[in-house]
Amino acid sequence: MIAVIDYGIGNLRSVQKGFEKVGFEAVVTAEKSMLDKAAGIVLPGVGAFRDAVNSLSKSGLGEEVIRQIAKGKPFLGICLGLHLLFTQSEEHGITQGLDVISGRVIGLPYGVKIPHMGWNQIKKFQDTPILVDIKEGASLYFVHSYHAVPEDKNVIGTTTEYGIEFVSSICKKNIFASQFHPEKSSKLGLKILRRFGEMTE
Amino acid sequence: MLAKRIIPCLDMKEGRVVKGVKFVNLRDAGDPVELAAAYDEAGADELTFLDITASHEKRDIMLDVARRTSEKVFMPFTIGGGIKSVEDIRMVLENGADKVSINTEAIKNPNLIHEASRKFGNQCIVVAIDAKAASSSQSPVTSRKDSELPTPACPPLAGLPTNKWEVFTHGGRNPTGLDAVEWAKKVESLGAGEILLTSMDRDGTKDGYDVELTKAITGAVNIPVIASGGAGKLEHFLEVIVEANADAVLAASLFHFGELSIKQVKEYLRDNGIPVRL
Repeated sequence: MIAVIDYGIGNLRSVQKGFEKVGFEAVVTAEKSMLDKAAGIVLPGVGAFRDAVNSLSKSGLGEEVIRQIAKGKPFLGICLGLHLLFTQSEEHGITQGLDVISGRVIGLPYGVKIPHMGWNQIKKFQDTPILVDIKEGASLYFVHSYHAVPEDKNVIGTTTEYGIEFVSSICKKNIFASQFHPEKSSKLGLKILRRFGEMTE
Repeated sequence: MLAKRIIPCLDMKEGRVVKGVKFVNLRDAGDPVELAAAYDEAGADELTFLDITASHEKRDIMLDVARRTSEKVFMPFTIGGGIKSVEDIRMVLENGADKVSINTEAIKNPNLIHEASRKFGNQCIVVAIDAKAASSSQSPVTSRKDSELPTPACPPLAGLPTNKWEVFTHGGRNPTGLDAVEWAKKVESLGAGEILLTSMDRDGTKDGYDVELTKAITGAVNIPVIASGGAGKLEHFLEVIVEANADAVLAASLFHFGELSIKQVKEYLRDNGIPVRL
């Protein structure tokens, strides 16, 4: 079973249904014990960084996520779920994140339309097992106004161009987190969810 | 490169798609979910559902469509029509829609845009703007031939110079007195994440998108703008993207009746140097 963390933010339904579509049971949950029981954890979300951090810390879900990641459980972060892993975000003032990945979340550059919304291409920075079905240059769905900047370049999975070349996914051991939305990226996105599902087996 | 988006729009009434969709191989051409799946298969980048139901069960029907679509189709979709409150928006989003489109209510209560974008993020708040060229006897709109302009349904706007467009509601019936460019700037400042811009002059004409109007709006705001109204042939899509810098293009009957396929439009755009997802 895959646990999709419900922290009161964003569209959780599509992620859950996406996993079901590719044959994996997924449960939307706000229970810490479920994260422990689950074979894999998904932190989805679109929304404000600060609200998300507050909600994760109040419920203790944030600490549980850190604990489960440290235990080596497969983890998938999506969009805000990518940002939350970082040390801090500049979104509406500096806010501390879960600090699982060292780095910052900053705004997209001036001169491009904000939010970055739509299908954009990925460039592979390294071979990432979960993206094995996704070809270089494939288009995936994005919707965001901020992006993550990791300190360690070795965690970069893919990059994408929008005014600048930004980090569109990271991978580090059992962690994969993407700026794009697999659950909204049609067939290609479902392939990513399927790979994650297989990693939990 | 960020792809220009091609968005089919489905008009719905009582949970059924109206304006007849003539897709081949559909068991039920009136079922929005089946159509959404067909458009996903056909390569649409997003979908917009516009609900025109006028009953009190409206919200439940809309939520049901959102819920069923999000179970079957894994692409972004927007629901619009009759959204009146933050609570309406919350429920539509919770049932799986990615964005909501607000039109009349945004004009009646602009604060709704502000509240909703603060609560759910501006990425999910689309403000639909229906605009018509403002006609003035002293200073006619110069961007196109007068003979092409429909008879105005309302008295000319006082004091508006040339190349102005007025915001309308209720399918172009009710003038609001708002200048479309000013209104676009206002909704951006209030927190709208996208503008769905429909030219009421061009809607249904197949004469092409209103390039001047679209250009005026994309030049005034820094959020994505979807051009709508008037698509009739391949060149129209290219024109509004190249000349007016539209971020996305919306069409309804053209796709529904199979006059053009999504793939045809995308291949044509690609061959003309426009980034698309193929």
